[in-house]
Amino acid sequence: MSTNGLPSAPDRIALHVRDIPRSGIRDFFDIVSTMRDVISLGIGEPDFDTPWRVREASIFALERGATHYTSNLGLLKLRRAICEYVARAYGTAYRADDECLVAVGVSEAMDLAVRALINPGDEVLYHEPCYVSYAPLVRLAHGVPVPVPLSGATGFRLTREALERRVTPRTKMLILNFPNNPTGAGLDRADVEAIAAFAIEHDLIVLSDEIYAELTYTGRHVSITTVPGMRGRTVFLHGFSKAWAMTGYRLGYACAPAPLIDAMMRIHQYTMLCAPILSQEAAVEALKGPEADVALMREEYDRRRNYLVRAFADMGLPVSEPRGAFYVFPSIAGLGLTSMDFALRLLEEERVAAVPGTAFGASGEGHIRCSYATATDDIKEASVRIRRFVERLRAR
Amino acid sequence: MDPLLKLLTMRARESVDDLAALLDEKPEAIRARMADYERRGVIRGYRAVLDEDTAAEDKVVAIIEVKVTPEREGGFDHIASRVCRFPEVASAYLVSGQADLLLFIEGPDLRTVARFVSEKLSVIPGVTATATSFMLKTYKSHGFLMDPPDEHERLAVSP
Repeated sequence: MSTNGLPSAPDRIALHVRDIPRSGIRDFFDIVSTMRDVISLGIGEPDFDTPWRVREASIFALERGATHYTSNLGLLKLRRAICEYVARAYGTAYRADDECLVAVGVSEAMDLAVRALINPGDEVLYHEPCYVSYAPLVRLAHGVPVPVPLSGATGFRLTREALERRVTPRTKMLILNFPNNPTGAGLDRADVEAIAAFAIEHDLIVLSDEIYAELTYTGRHVSITTVPGMRGRTVFLHGFSKAWAMTGYRLGYACAPAPLIDAMMRIHQYTMLCAPILSQEAAVEALKGPEADVALMREEYDRRRNYLVRAFADMGLPVSEPRGAFYVFPSIAGLGLTSMDFALRLLEEERVAAVPGTAFGASGEGHIRCSYATATDDIKEASVRIRRFVERLRAR
Repeated sequence: MDPLLKLLTMRARESVDDLAALLDEKPEAIRARMADYERRGVIRGYRAVLDEDTAAEDKVVAIIEVKVTPEREGGFDHIASRVCRFPEVASAYLVSGQADLLLFIEGPDLRTVARFVSEKLSVIPGVTATATSFMLKTYKSHGFLMDPPDEHERLAVSP
């Protein structure tokens, strides 16, 4: 109790929110932001500018007075463009009028899907290490997050065996994210089919966060929605932040069977109403224009990926080849430091910021996440510094 | 296009080892391909892209549209090759439209460039007309903005 007789502030916070930890990334960011001359490999967004044609379309839309609400689901022309794109790029057809919802980033779309589908106590499987929001979103929906730990020894690929070890009769949902943040892991068709068979056998809904799909460097991205029997039980999540370098536009979408989209829309209409119209107008241009700008960015990421993977291999740090996204997740386990201590000392001693693997779940221990959404010259300098740091650790 | 050529057009100063790392190839393979491209003339040279307005105050660039009468044998090529022999001609193109040749002429000052046009270029047999424009300011060159807007800062760490 506080002095004035009212309950103190922490007591007023809802129980399920009180239990949500601060994002590990945020703690690390607070330290980095106090330091100068740091090369950051800690950034989870493209370093490219949004293609000018997209920005120009936003300006044009603003001039034309596109400053009002849109339909709850999003502009119909955008939903049509999205459905055409998803069919063309990933091979699954959705109806623009009732199987597509435009949201404020994949983050919101994911939240809507979890809230629309999870009853209190339902268990949700997600593979770990993973993006920071999955477990908190499940908790906020009063569900039970159940991590499926993956290991660098198997290239962080999700297998049916790993899933079978964690599934229970209360499991209702499986969250997938490939290409993966933070590991860069991807799946080939055989992997995806095995996971699909698992989901069908256990009658699970799958939320498939495919935000990095365009940034696939090895092989072709396979969407789980293309496996027979999966379209009807999958919420396909995608957006414009990564491939089009539009993070600040905050625009994502969900494609799913109409009853699921309708359920998500009933939450979205009261909490968000609609995604910002300017972002939606920009997204129409992103999809209808040439794909050359996305290809140029992918080629540049690929070169940096090659460089970093070789650099870590040369340092003798085990690294599984990232197939997609823009992260390398090398192992630092043999150097006698936890990933947090490694990241802190690397920052203090060499002014390089890399995110400790534990920010992405306990199974990220022994790794650091290095983003190559950073200029090539910075990546080269950071590699020199990391090598120096690792050699010092080994010489102790 | 060979990814190596693409990369060299953007980052010609990378070491062979770094080119190899960026393209996930062996340094020997990169060295051999570069030598081959240079030998065959696919790669003609490597150069810096300057902000000419800052770096070379004593330089004038003129863009000259040239109308010519093509010759019975050799068409435009013969006359173009004569024009190109002058060191003042930095670049020369055959173009569609009103003019036939488009030249980029460089000189230390206006007068030198003007003299080149009147005394050397216009008098070449077959040249029937020229139209000269002097470059006043460079906004973009070889893909580089000369006056890029201030970059918006990204967060130093984000998920």
